[in-house]
Amino acid sequence: MRRFITTALLVLSSGAAVHAQTVTQDFGAVDRGRYVSILADCGGCHTAPGGKPFAGGLSLETPFGRLVTPNITPDRDTGIGNWTDAEFISAVRKGRGRHGTRLYPAMPYPTYSKMSDQDVTALRAYFKTIEPVRNEVFSNQLPFPFNIRASMVVWNWINFKPEPFRPDTSKSADWNRGAYIVQGPGHCGTCHTPKNLLGGDKTENALNGAALQGWFAPNITPAHRDGIGRWSKEELVRYLKTGTNDWTLASGPMSEAVTHSTSQMTDDDLNAIATYLKDSGLETTDAQVTPPDQNVMKVGGAIYKDNCAACHRDNGQGETALFPRLAGSALVQQNDPTTLMRIVLQGSRAVATDLAPTGPAMPPFDWRLNDAQVAALLTYVRNTWDNHAAAVDSGTVQKERQWLAKSP
Amino acid sequence: MPRKLPRKDVVIIGLGWTGAILGYELATSGLDVVAIERGPWRDTANDFPPAYAPDELRYAVRLDLFLRTQQDTLTVRNKTNQTALPIRQFAGFLPGNGVGGAGVHWNGQTWRFLPTDFNLRSHLEQRYGKQMLPDDMTIQDWPVSYDELEPYYDRFEKLCGTSGKAGNLRGQILPGGNPFEGWRSSDYPTPPLKQNYGQTLFAEAARKTGHNPFPQPASNLSEAYTNPLGIRMGQCTYCGHCERFGCGNYSKSSPQTCVLPALMRLPNFSARTESEVTKINLDSTGKRATGVTYVDSSGEEWEQPADLVLVCAFSLFNVRLLLLSGIGTPYDPQTGQGVVGRNYAYQTTSSVGVILKDKILNPFIATGANGMMIDDYNGDNFDHSGLGFVGGGYMGAGQSNARPIQTHPVPSGTPKWGAAWKKAVAETYQSAMRLSTHGSSYSYRDCYLDLDPTYKDRFGRPLMRMTFDFHDNELKMSAYLTDRLAEIARALDPVELTATPRTGPYNANIYQTTHNTGGTVMGNDPATSVVNRYCQSWDVSNVFIPGGASVFPQNHGYNPTNTVGALAYWTADAIRNRYLKNPGPLG
Repeated sequence: MRRFITTALLVLSSGAAVHAQTVTQDFGAVDRGRYVSILADCGGCHTAPGGKPFAGGLSLETPFGRLVTPNITPDRDTGIGNWTDAEFISAVRKGRGRHGTRLYPAMPYPTYSKMSDQDVTALRAYFKTIEPVRNEVFSNQLPFPFNIRASMVVWNWINFKPEPFRPDTSKSADWNRGAYIVQGPGHCGTCHTPKNLLGGDKTENALNGAALQGWFAPNITPAHRDGIGRWSKEELVRYLKTGTNDWTLASGPMSEAVTHSTSQMTDDDLNAIATYLKDSGLETTDAQVTPPDQNVMKVGGAIYKDNCAACHRDNGQGETALFPRLAGSALVQQNDPTTLMRIVLQGSRAVATDLAPTGPAMPPFDWRLNDAQVAALLTYVRNTWDNHAAAVDSGTVQKERQWLAKSP
Repeated sequence: MPRKLPRKDVVIIGLGWTGAILGYELATSGLDVVAIERGPWRDTANDFPPAYAPDELRYAVRLDLFLRTQQDTLTVRNKTNQTALPIRQFAGFLPGNGVGGAGVHWNGQTWRFLPTDFNLRSHLEQRYGKQMLPDDMTIQDWPVSYDELEPYYDRFEKLCGTSGKAGNLRGQILPGGNPFEGWRSSDYPTPPLKQNYGQTLFAEAARKTGHNPFPQPASNLSEAYTNPLGIRMGQCTYCGHCERFGCGNYSKSSPQTCVLPALMRLPNFSARTESEVTKINLDSTGKRATGVTYVDSSGEEWEQPADLVLVCAFSLFNVRLLLLSGIGTPYDPQTGQGVVGRNYAYQTTSSVGVILKDKILNPFIATGANGMMIDDYNGDNFDHSGLGFVGGGYMGAGQSNARPIQTHPVPSGTPKWGAAWKKAVAETYQSAMRLSTHGSSYSYRDCYLDLDPTYKDRFGRPLMRMTFDFHDNELKMSAYLTDRLAEIARALDPVELTATPRTGPYNANIYQTTHNTGGTVMGNDPATSVVNRYCQSWDVSNVFIPGGASVFPQNHGYNPTNTVGALAYWTADAIRNRYLKNPGPLG
């Protein structure tokens, strides 16, 4: 094994001068690579809904415009069948595609740069063995000037600080394994870490929650109010494994992450992730919450009783694995109410997994509640049963409604 | 010419309870299965969201979830010498339409038949002598016993998460349950629902008059439940919108809430909706089915070849499909020969309305199957000597709903409209209670289904004709049961009591139940049955009718769904463990 790693290191350090045979084809490496592709959730982005695995074609709505994920099957014409190992590895870790083309950081190479050599070479070994699929994809559908890939030179200069994963020797092996997955292949921060104006990570707020694709990927630091502070380690593991736990159900983009990635991870890795997330030390000072207007609360409470209590119950406890609990829910108390507004207006279907196949759904209420009613309802839900979060105003709901009407 | 599709192992006609159960059981056995469903796809959140599922006008009055007569209907008459006329608006019974079938719009009553129901003819002849049964009564023993079916009842109840209280646990009679029920291998999966005030008052009156009240077994769940397929259901909210409605709270058992989430994940199962099977195709020998022909919503005709054809439509349409496909000999009431269409039966229901003194019953707190019942007058639970009839039914106080458009009880003598009527409704709504009996409907030589000689459907196929009337035996039974119920009701000291026993002739314009049974009955003798004890066609061995109520030899004093579900599992096991190993007639 050590020899293998050494070879791989040599391969990586020697840049483009790599030959195909240096990436091992033995079953162990391929199988490990398959698992790394699960950790890295390659299929989550590179498989279109209903499409062939890894054949690309999924649209990503970024703040800068639309990107369509490329075909990464070994098809020679439309996939990466002609790529050398070095080109593959460089794309994963440095964001440089074939012939040095610069990738957009929707491909999470800033976090993949933390992946171990062993994992990346295994990944390469695996991707040579998957079924080639002919599927032409035009990835770059960004508007000018973002469609100029050279602009990524500047972006990388500001935002891309490639460095290997550095274990914290004061923590357990489990914690370090979890940190590696979260920061490296798992690329949790790609969604959960807020971005600067250029779309680079605000590292000082890592995992504090971020808006993307019309959702708000919640705070997953140990913060008590709006993070995962109240979840036990077991609840975290259960959520990642089944898509649901006593607190909530995964839906939206997280349901894809559960389907393609976390539900297929080993229990050891899920435990490691939970160990790290419960003790990441990334929580930041809680925002001051102004108490809401009592009249709005009264209106919101009446709307809640008429529209929500049948499932979520008067006491906000909901029903495990069916109707998310609202009382004490971190998701409900996020500083940014985007996800809440979206779910109330448009509804949402929870992920279905083999272990929790129900996939219950929240119906849309956009036809029934106007902006002021949605705002009052959410203000109520965010400030009842010991919940505390900023009031939602009707202008914000109006904007979300307009955005949803325009988005595909 | 229909376009021919690639072959499947199994084609299922209709995706209701039996189609969903068989689909799951056979797809998880590794078979490639397709279900073809006449109506639309239906899903809890998209089709019955709580925000508008309880729309009485849309669902209960305008019957949104049901079959439209433009799609299909049947003709009805009471006697063989009459000319049948087509139903132009379903009223007396309401066939469902779409994925989930009757499992979407049912109330959730989940009864088992009595052990003596399964050997009905031999039991009655042995206890009372042959002369007790009218000559033209064509009841027969089931080809399965209660003991054989018990594990399958158990499975269906666990699939549903049925709420109730065991009365006979492995032979031990338990207080608070139904002491007359057949033995149960386990208690109900969830505890009984909470009872409303009216039901509690009825139970007290029944106990006082020497009866044995118990909570009706209900597939409206008293608490959250995860079924053996891993599917999660919620607690019932007692909203009173079950029958004719889909449940938005995931708390009424249905294919949607109990099977489909797991079934639709299986890569070797698919469903085609808004596609109506017009015919089961046979090979040149007529002994083997080659698949089915169906028409999609654009009118295009398709042929779906398959090795195994499962007829899982609503009972009436199972019968019609066999008649249209030439499977089995059609029944002839003149000669008594033939089997397809024979022994059509129904349900004999009646009611007793009471208005109580100074009581506030809050009847809107309701669930489809909530209620306190007694089983003292069901089947042969009581001595019929000298009564002049056989059969019986359960009775009691069910509170399935008290919805505003269709619930306006008034004392007798109230004007039919105007200010006095409104005042009376307002005064009576809270204190009125409707008690009911749910009686058996035994089969007769002149009650049957065949193809209508005159009327045709939109595809030019003959409509099915129903010839049915209540017989003296059932009317006497209904009178007797209604009297017993009225006696109990008098113990409530009502201000007013109105007893309405069932009277003939049968009227298809007044809603009674949608418990249409028989026509492809199961039995041990091909001369008097369409399918054998494994619900397999005697004539075409790769056609099964896995448990639709069309296989009931007669109907008993209970709602049919639990027996339908049990037979579906029974048939699935027979196919999996016996038929697949050696395809051909099962001995």
